[in-house]
Amino acid sequence: MLDSPLHICVALLAAWMVIGMAGLIRPRSLEFAGRALFVLGAVVGLLLALVAAASITSPAESLLLPIGLPDLPMHLRRDALTSVFLFLLGAASVGISLFAAGYFRSGEGTLPGVLCLQFHLFLAAMGFVLLADDAYAFMVAWESMALASYFLVTTQHRIAEIRRAGFLYLLIAHVGALAILLAFGILQGGSWQFSFAAMRTAHLAPDWAFAAFLLALFGFGAKAGLVPLHVWLPEAHPAAPSPVSALMSGVMLKTAIYGMLRVSFDLIGDPIWWWGLIPLGLGLFTALYGVIFAATQSDMKRLLAYSSIENIGILFTGIGLAMVFHGVGMTELAALALIAVLYHAINHAFMKSLLFLGTGAVLHATGERNLGHLGGLIHRMPWVAWLTLVGVLAIAGLPPLNGFVSEWLLLQAFLMAHEVPKPFVNMLLPLGAALLVLAAALAGYVMVKFFGIVFLGQPREATLHDAHDASRLERAGLLWLALGCVILGLLPAQIVPILAGVIADLGVGSATTVSQAWWQLAPLPSRDVSYAPLLFLLAVLTAIGVTILVGRLVFRHRTRRADPWDCGFERLTPRMQDSAEGFGQPIRHLFQPFFAMDRELPSPFDRTPRYRVVVFDRFWRWLYLPIARWVHSAAAAVSVLQQGRISAYLLYSFVTLVVLLASVL
Amino acid sequence: MSHWLGWLNQVFEVLIALAAAPIFLGWVNQCRAWLQNRSAPSLWQPYRGIHKLLHKEVVLAHNASSLFRIAPYIVFGTMAAAAAMIPSLSTRLPFTSAADAIALVGLFAAARMFLSLAAMDVGSAFGTLGARREMMIGFLAEPALLMVIFVASLMTASTALPLISERLSGETLAIHPSLLFTAVAFGMVMLAENARIPVDNPATHLELTMIHEAMLLEYSARHLALMEWAAALKLFNYACIGMALFVPWGMATNYQALSLALAMLSLAVKLIIVGAALAVVETLSAKLRVFRAPEFLATAFLLAVLGLLVHLLQVAR
Repeated sequence: MLDSPLHICVALLAAWMVIGMAGLIRPRSLEFAGRALFVLGAVVGLLLALVAAASITSPAESLLLPIGLPDLPMHLRRDALTSVFLFLLGAASVGISLFAAGYFRSGEGTLPGVLCLQFHLFLAAMGFVLLADDAYAFMVAWESMALASYFLVTTQHRIAEIRRAGFLYLLIAHVGALAILLAFGILQGGSWQFSFAAMRTAHLAPDWAFAAFLLALFGFGAKAGLVPLHVWLPEAHPAAPSPVSALMSGVMLKTAIYGMLRVSFDLIGDPIWWWGLIPLGLGLFTALYGVIFAATQSDMKRLLAYSSIENIGILFTGIGLAMVFHGVGMTELAALALIAVLYHAINHAFMKSLLFLGTGAVLHATGERNLGHLGGLIHRMPWVAWLTLVGVLAIAGLPPLNGFVSEWLLLQAFLMAHEVPKPFVNMLLPLGAALLVLAAALAGYVMVKFFGIVFLGQPREATLHDAHDASRLERAGLLWLALGCVILGLLPAQIVPILAGVIADLGVGSATTVSQAWWQLAPLPSRDVSYAPLLFLLAVLTAIGVTILVGRLVFRHRTRRADPWDCGFERLTPRMQDSAEGFGQPIRHLFQPFFAMDRELPSPFDRTPRYRVVVFDRFWRWLYLPIARWVHSAAAAVSVLQQGRISAYLLYSFVTLVVLLASVL
Repeated sequence: MSHWLGWLNQVFEVLIALAAAPIFLGWVNQCRAWLQNRSAPSLWQPYRGIHKLLHKEVVLAHNASSLFRIAPYIVFGTMAAAAAMIPSLSTRLPFTSAADAIALVGLFAAARMFLSLAAMDVGSAFGTLGARREMMIGFLAEPALLMVIFVASLMTASTALPLISERLSGETLAIHPSLLFTAVAFGMVMLAENARIPVDNPATHLELTMIHEAMLLEYSARHLALMEWAAALKLFNYACIGMALFVPWGMATNYQALSLALAMLSLAVKLIIVGAALAVVETLSAKLRVFRAPEFLATAFLLAVLGLLVHLLQVAR
């Protein structure tokens, strides 16, 4: 039975479901349902990651599961692309599950057993989304994923705000799912065969293919958080418990990227080059928009949610760039851009999960999510602080960590964009690289703000002095993800050729990326450029090591502790440190057109001066509120029909029946 | 054989950079003093300052964390490592394969990030203020700097600095309009990134205007010495990047002692000219308000973009 990787993967996903069900045996026991089962889930995740990694190079295989509608069994298929994302799911879930095993406490809304069920169903559903090979199986898995995560988001369902956030998430998820369903409806091309194999062979008129592409972009964009469909992210992430935020941001958003790749490069087949400009433009705008909003947030989980939007923007930029290259026949560069996308997806799974779990540990230790009430936690929570620092440096795109590798690959692809044989476009594309760099540099700003305000400085509240470090299981989870960031950063020369094979399997280019040596990454044979993170790290560490040695051995002068310099004021308090709002002020000033701001400035004569600034997303006023108003008025118009009398309703049925009969006869 | 010579060359170049950086800073300060009709400090003044600081006792704030203590070493180490990647004397560096210009920009960003985090560590109002301004300048300068590098790399089909400068020096001696634009852009970025007038004033300790100095307020003794030395090294590194891009002539392309000696001579001459030019610019301009700095850097960015477009048009023609 378990003789092929696909069978093993399905068995492991089933194991997750069984673990979830097992939580219902003793739903109130935290030790059993909240600890032991989660550790077991982490083991399953590890196995899944190993199997998926080992199966990336093995040929594609399919399986027919006799479940589902009578004449519509579930088609499952595992190919290289699926394996990569299964690896991402498994590897990230190891760290998240371990952390979750130490995280959940009783009395936090949902019972531990139910939470265990939802959590593991969520994991399994994501796995089935990746394995699905027909529209029916895909939509079932997709919806289970949305529902499971909805219940996880509303874990603390007694709080009205959280219920609202959950509702918004569910709404946008379903609007998106509808678009995906329609996209599949077009893709079957009149054959009424909904398996992906049939869609691959179906021949679509370019206009219909374009419509399918747009619908897929809308649907998957809604799940991923592409502007302007991003509004649910900053609401849902703070509402969810931290391991759930980590899972949603780190893994679930990637299933949308997977879907986008699957539809545009596999199912549609031959996208026309200029289609790529749409995700490219939207992606760049999303990246910039996300990071600018991240810089102005004062809630640490909202900040990370906006940072996720930025990274989704980067991923869509890569997809768009790859489509442009692919469409004009520059397959080598298309492959490079897609490698960057896959690499960044894996990277982001690790680093964003790490950061969200870090905020979870802070949240549990202090009960605070607002940056304005935190500070100085590096002294109380050294483990969390230093491991989070790894994630912070990685997501800021600093070498030699992993975030840098994928951004470097994408920039290298952008550098060749001027060779696209289309006038104007070839001049505009290099500017995209500049926007990308701006977004990456702003991410550095955001991360300094995040880490500096949470972990450095002086505690802004007295209660922070009793903050405790993360528990052992939580540390293990953080450590796993941080190690992933480091390894992905140091060994790109091993990973990129594998990803190149995956891209070739998808039908874009061949395994072009030749690494000349095991320690060195060279993206394109035609360009003399390479990056060797190990050598790089060696150089930096040597330089730092020699400096420390010389500094400590030669100049061994006494160290004295004293009060910080207070400019002679003598009454410095922790509240005089820069606040989150203060740190975001340059951004609010520079990017004013992006924001709608509600500001309350104190007058100089005020006895109790009060300063308040609330930054709004303009899309609420431009897009969402008008739609909501329209829906309301439409509902009001329709409600005329609602009389509340049985006789009226019977009359409606009768009239309907007559009309139907009349039209049929 | 050549392998070992290469590494020897590499170490030699770093040592030269470490030694020359404070002198270069001293030269700029000297020129500034002359231009402002002051009596000039000695060329060795930065060395004296570093020497003095290294022999003092360290005063740490009570709540300074280990991040605060290790940051000077990291900042200095990254700057020294950056010096190894920039071709200042020779283009035949074994390190070419380790890091290209983009990684170099990343390395500078890493140094900036640690500097800013360390500044926030003690939790005084000034540290955070400096950190936030430094990061603001940083995220504005980084795209402009990368645009400059992009133009050069488009002309040479490589992002590795030694290759870029080797190929550019092989070109016929003609004024490339694209390089002219980017040179101006690079100069502006260099001023901003190194906390020089008009963006920041290295001599000021006036609370409201300082950026770089604000971040160093809590540092003392050997930590401060390392930070100051790292700042000098950063200026030196930027000067070397600029020279490698825009005046790439005179660098050694083999491991012979004679060509290395010639390269040192040409480096010295170029540094003297660059330092003097820097002093002239700093003397002639006034410091901008902090919120004018983005305009300054946006100008730099647009100039680099202009360079890019000019290059693409030239190629298309």
